Amino acid sequence: MEGIVGYGAYIPRNRIKVEEIAKVWGADAPSYKRGLMLEEKSVPSPDQDTITMSVEASKHALKRAGIDPAEIGAVYIGSESHPYAVKPSGTVLAEAIGAVPDVHTADFEFACKAGTEGMYVALGLVKAGEIKYGLAVGADTSQGAPGDALEYSAAAGAAAFIFGRENLVAKALDTYSYMTDTPDFWRREYQYYPQHGGRFTGDPAYFKHIIGAAEGIMNKAGAKPSDFDYVIFHQPNGKFPFRVGQMLGFQKEQIEPGWLVNKLGNTYSGSSPLGLTATFDISKSGDRILIVSYGSGAGSDAFIFEVTERIDEVRDLAPKTRDILDNNKKYLEYGVYAKFRQKIKMAD
Amino acid sequence: MRDVAVIGVGITKWGELWEKSLRTIFVETALLALDDAGVDRLDSMYVGCMTSGLFVGQEHIASMLADYLGQNPIPAARVETACSSGGLALRLGYIEVASGMNDVVLVGGIEKMTDVSGYEATYALGTAADQEYEGYHGLTFPGLYALMARAHMDKYGTTREQLAQVAVKNHQNGSKNPVAQFPFKVTVEQVVNSVMIADPLRILDCSPITDGAAAAILCPVEMAKKMNKPIIKIIGTGHATDTIALSSRKDITWLEATYQAAKQAYAMADKKPEDIDLVEVHDCFTIAEICVTEALGFVEKGKGGKAVEEGVTAIGGKIPVNTSGGLKSKGHPVGATGAAQIVEIVEQLRGQAGDRQVKNARIGMAQNMGGSGGSTLVHIFERE
Amino acid sequence: MTTPSRYWREIPQRYRLEANKCESCGMSFFPPRLICPECKNRDLVPTKLAQAGKVISYTIIRVPPHQFSDQAPYAVGIVELDDGVKLTAQIVDCDFEEIKIGQRVKIEFRKIFQEGESGILCYGYKFVPE
Repeated sequence: MEGIVGYGAYIPRNRIKVEEIAKVWGADAPSYKRGLMLEEKSVPSPDQDTITMSVEASKHALKRAGIDPAEIGAVYIGSESHPYAVKPSGTVLAEAIGAVPDVHTADFEFACKAGTEGMYVALGLVKAGEIKYGLAVGADTSQGAPGDALEYSAAAGAAAFIFGRENLVAKALDTYSYMTDTPDFWRREYQYYPQHGGRFTGDPAYFKHIIGAAEGIMNKAGAKPSDFDYVIFHQPNGKFPFRVGQMLGFQKEQIEPGWLVNKLGNTYSGSSPLGLTATFDISKSGDRILIVSYGSGAGSDAFIFEVTERIDEVRDLAPKTRDILDNNKKYLEYGVYAKFRQKIKMAD
Repeated sequence: MRDVAVIGVGITKWGELWEKSLRTIFVETALLALDDAGVDRLDSMYVGCMTSGLFVGQEHIASMLADYLGQNPIPAARVETACSSGGLALRLGYIEVASGMNDVVLVGGIEKMTDVSGYEATYALGTAADQEYEGYHGLTFPGLYALMARAHMDKYGTTREQLAQVAVKNHQNGSKNPVAQFPFKVTVEQVVNSVMIADPLRILDCSPITDGAAAAILCPVEMAKKMNKPIIKIIGTGHATDTIALSSRKDITWLEATYQAAKQAYAMADKKPEDIDLVEVHDCFTIAEICVTEALGFVEKGKGGKAVEEGVTAIGGKIPVNTSGGLKSKGHPVGATGAAQIVEIVEQLRGQAGDRQVKNARIGMAQNMGGSGGSTLVHIFERE
Repeated sequence: MTTPSRYWREIPQRYRLEANKCESCGMSFFPPRLICPECKNRDLVPTKLAQAGKVISYTIIRVPPHQFSDQAPYAVGIVELDDGVKLTAQIVDCDFEEIKIGQRVKIEFRKIFQEGESGILCYGYKFVPE
């Protein structure tokens, strides 16, 4: 049986509130907060990026896994904000944790589901017997265009998972992926900010694929919503996960532990993965967890995990997701936020 | 080993010398030294310069300057130990004369720092630190001394005002020095309110960016006697190294290389701190002067701040430090500083220091330091 | 300023803090050395450094070198790790007023600087409050 041997989360400590952003653009903060169910989001410091956060999240995962990093056979980072356009992020991570040189590394990209993509492949290689351990990270320092709706939610964070076949923290019972070509959200090369299709990003995009993947995996596994203790959906805003959950027949209580977006924002490739780490943090042996990611373009990856009793031994070996999210926060004003996110035009 | 005398010195006004190039500044200064010595042929020359390459894109300056001084084909060498390059030139020139290898040797220093931007100058000065383990992390030169200052304040209770008093004293002295870059006085108030560079050091705690040169002519004492010159002998020389990175030191508030170099010089001269009448020290930052006075043995470890506060190091105090105005007021063209110290000591020992004169000055010391103390040169001079 | 090869050569130290140790006199060195400065032993062995320690001294750089110009002001400190080795690095995720001599800090992987708009990204260690 294959599954997760260790997991870890990392969220930068800076935050900015919806009101602070709304103030600058003359927007109606209470409407945004109600409409999107968002309060604040994380902001990376200028010295943080997808790579640095992946390293810290992976170190936390290693603490829980208790393995020798040299035995990791694959290192994948999924992100839509890889620091280089051409030069892998994964190799920096692989060097930093000491997995080099006997390792396969690739960078993944598929809007917000790049993280679960890496997980899908790492798990697959473990299943195939090709590698002993595989590390997959979902991380982003997402950008939203100034004044655009996405600016209220685009946030930063990383979640790391080490897959293997021994000493599992959670068994990977099933996987299923559902993809179509749907241009709901994109960014052309040399453009700084992404574009999106407005309301088109709803039913034909997010909802169609999450439902497609969730129903697909439940059919495959012969399961129904009530068979799961927890479910995590991709969280572009606070409302969508509850709405899709309701459409599929899940209860609020199943969604809440992994629902971080109101305080975290949308960490794109880190979104459902961080929801998963937060859920592991509060789970107990025997719990069944469904995670369904969503990446624009479009597609969803679904996994079913079953927690083992090892969760009690490893939970506290590294910082818990909600502890990182709720503690040691530093609130920024919009000016500092804009400076950190390089939205200010500097001299050469 | 023969006894060695300094028979001529030369220094021109220091500052932002826009109209003058590196070679012009040095040659004008060296000619003054030659005239003061009354010689026109040298046997060799040593020039201290930290980084003419980074500042003006010119290496091979020893030959260039020998050429423009009209002294080809004499041997000429450019020597470098960061900010103590001038002191190193003195030591090597001394050894060459003392050994009998040559008789008339010019030792000098030059730095032309204002042809690059502030950023580039900061970078160039930073190359005296550990590039991969200090510079890489964004530590600057003032930052290094700020780390020392904070630790010294924490360990010994040295105060912000005591640091400021070093600047006040040195500007007081420098206001009487016609070649100083900043010949004006400053108050403690002005220093502690000046713009912050690297906490706790402010701009008035820091020596400036300067263009300038200084030179001295050495020869055997026997030759000096025949020339009817006042005999100013070099009676002690010391040179020591310490770790390049501040973090590698056992105690970051203590300048071990200064202590070791001074120990060598005192032993060779058979003198003790109490015998010294005045000393020129390397006050690249106010905290540096405080730490140096401790390492040279003039005050107890940790008491350097108190000493300046109590006037111990003022002209007229027990041990006048930096009667020239020091690097703070006189300026700090990096490679030239060590050579300029010779000029001040010699003028003082000759009784020619005007308003800065220390009464009955007979024995003077110069301490010249590179980087955060990774190299130090100490020399002791005596008027016969 | 750095070049790709100069940056890459120090990766084991910058990313993994690889150090070495003299077994005769027990001293550890970072970066690693070829010869022990205390006892002149040349058979030094690899060692890993402790991941946390205390602040020995610190300063706030307000006039930065060029490639740090967008970061100023920032704090830089000398930290003594729990195994006795001292390192210089930035102290981040902490208000300047909170930094104190003796404060406990731990190592975190961060971007140190970038070589302009088109050059390499340089990573390494910084300290955050424990």
